[in-house]
Amino acid sequence: MPKLDWIRSVLIIGSGPIVIGQAAEFDYSGSQASIALREEGVRTIVVNSNPATIQTDFEVADIVYIEPLVPEVVAEILRKERPDAILPTMGGQTGLNIAVRLHEMGVLDELGVKVIGTPVDAIRRAEDRRLFHELVRSIGERIPRSIEVGSFEEAVDAVRELGGFPVLCRASYALGGTGSGVAWNIEDLRRLVNTGLMVSMNGKVAIDEYLEGWKEYELEVVRDSADNCVSVCPMENVDPLGIHTGESIVVAPAQTLTDEEYQVLRRAAFKVVRAIGVIGACNIQFAVNPESFEYAVIEVNPRVSRSSALASKATGYPIARVAAKVALGYTLDEIRNKVVGTVTAAMEPTVDYVVVKIPRWPVDVFETMDPVIGTMMKSTGECMGIGRCFEEAYWKAELAANNPIPEGGRVLVVADPTTSDEAKYIISELKSFGFEVLLMLVEKGGTGSLEETTDGSIEWSSWRDEVDAAVALRSSGVGMVIDLRRRRRGADVTGYRLRRGAVITGIPYVTTYQGASAALRAVRWLRTERPEFRSLNELHSLAAGQRVAGLKAGSAYRNTQIEEGQIINSRAENADL
Amino acid sequence: MSEALLVLADGTVIRGKGIGAEGEVYGELVFTTSFSGYEETLTDPSYNGQIVLFTYTHIGNYGAWTCELESNRIWAEGVVVRDACRYPSNAKSRGKLDEFLREYGVPGMEGVDTRALTVRIREHGTVPAALVNGDPSSVDIAGLLERLARWRYETDLVREVTCNSVEVIGSGRKTVALLDCGVKMGIIRRLLRSNVTIVRFPAWTSAGEMLSWKPDGVLVSNGPGDPSVISYAIETVRELIGKVPMMGVCLGHQLIALAMGGRTYKMKFGHRGTNHPVKDLKTGRIYITLQNHGYAVDPRSIEGKGFKVRQVSLNDGTVEGLENQELMVLTTQYHPEGHPGPSDADAVFEEFIGWL
Repeated sequence: MPKLDWIRSVLIIGSGPIVIGQAAEFDYSGSQASIALREEGVRTIVVNSNPATIQTDFEVADIVYIEPLVPEVVAEILRKERPDAILPTMGGQTGLNIAVRLHEMGVLDELGVKVIGTPVDAIRRAEDRRLFHELVRSIGERIPRSIEVGSFEEAVDAVRELGGFPVLCRASYALGGTGSGVAWNIEDLRRLVNTGLMVSMNGKVAIDEYLEGWKEYELEVVRDSADNCVSVCPMENVDPLGIHTGESIVVAPAQTLTDEEYQVLRRAAFKVVRAIGVIGACNIQFAVNPESFEYAVIEVNPRVSRSSALASKATGYPIARVAAKVALGYTLDEIRNKVVGTVTAAMEPTVDYVVVKIPRWPVDVFETMDPVIGTMMKSTGECMGIGRCFEEAYWKAELAANNPIPEGGRVLVVADPTTSDEAKYIISELKSFGFEVLLMLVEKGGTGSLEETTDGSIEWSSWRDEVDAAVALRSSGVGMVIDLRRRRRGADVTGYRLRRGAVITGIPYVTTYQGASAALRAVRWLRTERPEFRSLNELHSLAAGQRVAGLKAGSAYRNTQIEEGQIINSRAENADL
Repeated sequence: MSEALLVLADGTVIRGKGIGAEGEVYGELVFTTSFSGYEETLTDPSYNGQIVLFTYTHIGNYGAWTCELESNRIWAEGVVVRDACRYPSNAKSRGKLDEFLREYGVPGMEGVDTRALTVRIREHGTVPAALVNGDPSSVDIAGLLERLARWRYETDLVREVTCNSVEVIGSGRKTVALLDCGVKMGIIRRLLRSNVTIVRFPAWTSAGEMLSWKPDGVLVSNGPGDPSVISYAIETVRELIGKVPMMGVCLGHQLIALAMGGRTYKMKFGHRGTNHPVKDLKTGRIYITLQNHGYAVDPRSIEGKGFKVRQVSLNDGTVEGLENQELMVLTTQYHPEGHPGPSDADAVFEEFIGWL
């Protein structure tokens, strides 16, 4: 289907100031979209209150408004500019919320301004918990059970109905998991529900069944108006369900899915995305039981997202750009993938490397911030590591996040009775690499013979604050902290002091078993291998598929040292590598 | 760990670490772009006669024996990877890639700059190669090169992979005669889901023999190598066309084109991977497909022969499917059953089943 010729001007809603949960990724997507629309001769109008954005440059947009991002102000701008359409899916949650409000206020109908890309009804079907649950169930897919409540009393009943703790609390239409979290007990529930009710846009909080220990995968799906779907990249959260994606280490492409399993998720994703009616890009998240491969749909973001930015940079598939062209009416095969050359957007990129994303937390700036991750997003940025295997990519990402993995020395392992098996494994691995291991048990008892496997312990009972913890860490020569305990919500004062102590002393710390395993793999890898550094241009040329030469015969590789396989040129004239 | 050598027919020698079984194998060096599905890929009989290079760097990441395989052994002659994962992670896994290769006696190598090799294949085309896993000092490179110089693509690789005798699989409403040129089990499993009885015939079976089973339709399967040398199967297909509804997959598609008087040609480096976009020109639909072929049908050669090019590759415009509604023939150059890879184009099976 060719471009819809009635679209001559489009207003793009930006995402406003950088806040936790909405950062530079939406400047990236809005800018890409504006450039993509202008290429098609469309006049673009960008509204954003944040002056430190590229999308508010005149090189990127034709008309720029730096005005408050509230529905009333955007309505005024619409009245003045009379664009043919608005594109709300590039400005994060802010963009979506404003579009929904403008629609409800009747402004769009009044002015005859159309929403292009994913329509308002589809945005609602994805964003409204109740509508979304009904939809997913109606097409025969599983979704964790969820009960919407308007008060703490109702929440208690809901927990009873779901079979008890733990449960996951979430506020509707809230960004970055604000006011959400796993409630392990009634105290957690009271705190989470009361906060959630305050931040929720509709005065409701959802109490969800919590699938403890399930893994989280996400797919970036692009769908055009002719119903063609592609999955840009399957991604895997290293941390389990219950850790916000923005807080989790993410690996692309997914590493622990068999092809059969990936295809099951891909099919389910297309089914859900079609039922919602997304036109453009979206992100769909699945929870997967790693033992039985039961899976459930967690949520769909009917817009470009942080994950889209990662998937774009990881694969060379420019998701926001393609989504903007799709919004104009083009089908995927009509869109040329400019980044990687001659192929069209009707493709699923392949890569010959692994990408790891690691969040960066502002723990060193905020003196009281606890570096424990959960359902609420606290990270303010992220680093991406690229390598030929997971270990290399992970090592680079940790280094970039200022959390370098030590190759030797002393490590402090913190364990409790519920995690002693994990601790035992981590300790034995650390020892086998020649690390000295110190142990810290915050709860005594029930941890078996852990003490006997370590080289000593750290005493914490005399700590008065995080400075005491920092002093203890420094004086015992610890180079990394691995805190393996679960259920750290509530009054875990000692754990807090310890983690803050690590921040003060600049010691890398890992707070999940999965993170610790990944770190160990990186350590093992570094024993025999050496990292490589390559440009994205070089890397994406292969991701683009076979047709794109991108490079002349071996030009970029002629001088590349071949790691293990040395090439012997027994006939020089033919050796063209 | 043993050392391994990869010797290309043009004299390039690449050293790496050995994985899998020890031994010396010969094959056409080809690359596949799938990042998952390595077990299915290696056991696909269409890889008979080929050394498979994976462009994705981390192979074996979810282990081995996690799924139903595409045949009862590995058919690829040898395997070349950048990094064979030693610590796989998946609950279904019952071993590592290295063990998987050993089990079926297939040599492989890792530690190779697979990107550089892929760029080379893309620039210069696929190339005959020898892979040796074992003591490199005892390898006679001149001898290997001499053997590679005598390499011929035009050999019948189908005879090695087809079944030996007629076999009846399943019991359904309708009967599909399957001309087995090296069928992927995925095709059989897909047909069985449509409640059909499959009668599987060796590739050299005559049309008369197949028709004596009174099939409601015929499926000509995928298989390895150059289709133009499989004259016995081309003959059988020619006699069957028009008598029963027919579907052709991959090599089967090429055999049908040849039987109708078309021509096939060898592609520079072929299509191999689970991410190949195809457009159905009739419906406008786009499918992401599994592909594994080094030959293609020349679209000019079938002009005026009653066949329409119905599907094309969105990567390079090559023919991906033919149809003749009157004769009830439908073909795909790609694998609509997926496994590995998507089954986006499952509608092709539906269409064929609808004719029965």
